[in-house]
Amino acid sequence: MTRSSIALAVLLAVLALLPLVGGAYALRLGTIACMYAVFALSWNIVGGFLGYPSFATAAFFGFGAYATGVLMTLGVPLPLALVATLITCLLAASVLGAVLLRLRGHYFAIASLSLVEVLREVVNNATDLTGGGMGLNIPLASNSSVLGDALFFFYAMWIVLALTAAMVIAVSASKLGFGLACIRQNETAANMVGLNTTLYKSIAFGLSACFVGVAGGIYAAWVHYIDPSDVFDILYSVKPIVMALIGGLGSPLGVVCGALVYLGLEEVVWRNYIQIHSGLLGLLVVLLLLFLPHGLVSLRTRLFRRKAGHA
Amino acid sequence: MPEILSLAGVSRHFSGLQALRDVSLGIAGGEIVGLIGPNGAGKTTLVNTVCGVTPASAGTVTFAGRDITRLKPYQAARLGLARTFQIVQPFAEFSALDNVATAALFSQPGQSLKAARENAREHLAFVGLDGQADQPASTLTLAMRKRLELAKALAMKPKLLFLDEVNAGLNSAEVEKATALIRQLAAGGITIVMIEHLMKVVLNVCTRIVVLHNGELIADGAPRDVVRNPAVIDAYLGQQYAQRHGAHG
Repeated sequence: MTRSSIALAVLLAVLALLPLVGGAYALRLGTIACMYAVFALSWNIVGGFLGYPSFATAAFFGFGAYATGVLMTLGVPLPLALVATLITCLLAASVLGAVLLRLRGHYFAIASLSLVEVLREVVNNATDLTGGGMGLNIPLASNSSVLGDALFFFYAMWIVLALTAAMVIAVSASKLGFGLACIRQNETAANMVGLNTTLYKSIAFGLSACFVGVAGGIYAAWVHYIDPSDVFDILYSVKPIVMALIGGLGSPLGVVCGALVYLGLEEVVWRNYIQIHSGLLGLLVVLLLLFLPHGLVSLRTRLFRRKAGHA
Repeated sequence: MPEILSLAGVSRHFSGLQALRDVSLGIAGGEIVGLIGPNGAGKTTLVNTVCGVTPASAGTVTFAGRDITRLKPYQAARLGLARTFQIVQPFAEFSALDNVATAALFSQPGQSLKAARENAREHLAFVGLDGQADQPASTLTLAMRKRLELAKALAMKPKLLFLDEVNAGLNSAEVEKATALIRQLAAGGITIVMIEHLMKVVLNVCTRIVVLHNGELIADGAPRDVVRNPAVIDAYLGQQYAQRHGAHG
């Protein structure tokens, strides 16, 4: 394990201690933090390692939310529904990836974006199964108190985050990760040295989808009610990109930090400037990217270089 | 030596443009074949067609007794067909070592990254880049990048190696070096097909010359005969070259 992987593990361990110090509000925030970090880490596989600008996060999220939601209304217990969601998401995204990742650059971005719209419309129109635009009521997963409920979903989301982080660290140290880096740098050459680029891209797309889908499932069980415009919100696609850019493209530790910082900004701005919160948040993001184009992970080398300069 | 590569009636068109027209060609193991012809003759397309980048529109390509006409580039690569690119294609962020390691890693099944890196070191030493092993490929000079391409191709343990203008853009000392390397490779048992514009190199190294013009094979034979062939002089070499060559030879 590299030093940044260890730092990431420590960060997650610290996050797991949140219930010791916070109440229901802190837990709600912590749950969203874990969810955002899952988004950012997952997006980083396709966006960071592979270098394809994906806008498909919201599609996986919505798909996972509805898959788990529908299964639960049919009486499947939550853990089983989540496992089924994971597997379906992995397989479906792998197949889609083999097709979509033939496109490059802007074309791929638009295609991944349209995936969100297509799924939204499918869910909207499959009224019998999903309730369509009326939304879907999901049975309660636990019958405990408010705080017990908050604790349950926080740890559920945290476990998904831990699994995602473990997967990402394993990928970045593996032959798969090496191959993805090859494809990002030069896809033609990668093909020419015997790398099955279609297979690698398809696996990458599948891995970047499966845990986002599970996070969607937990979200659905958590809020008890989902509708298409909520879970297929395009902002779920955009936010992980912003988080990854804030944190530092390609670095797992960086994107998790980016997710936490983004959530912090979002919450602070929303609480204090409710009227103009999106405008202000946008401005902050732009400023961050302008003055820190390589993200938070570049801070360390920057500070270090400055110190060396003084000496 | 039996034929290692054979093309039977291979054609390739890009919508209206006929890049290759009914090309039939057999290459025996151990040959060093020079592939020459004017710009746009279809030389690179021929390489791309064999390697699976732009599959043939008609005809068949057989490599080591196997029909590879419809294989994808990575499949052809794993069979032992390696190539270098006319425009060098490094993995810019990777070190020179990792560039070569990719080739060892992905062309042979079951290779570990560690073994691939060790393997890569040997090939870097062979092309004289061991001093630059840890430098990012983007910082190498053009001559070094060309040698890096060569090391990458060698790490694939090829049976047949296509060299697409490895000498273009190099100075004469660098060309000397590259030529010596090519001879060494051939002596090591690799069949070589080289696209080359420098006639001096072609005549120096190649055991046979194949000439393409407008996608058609117009000459094929021993170097001395081919350069005297009127069709070749007309299409590619030019009268001046023929006179100079005639005066010397």
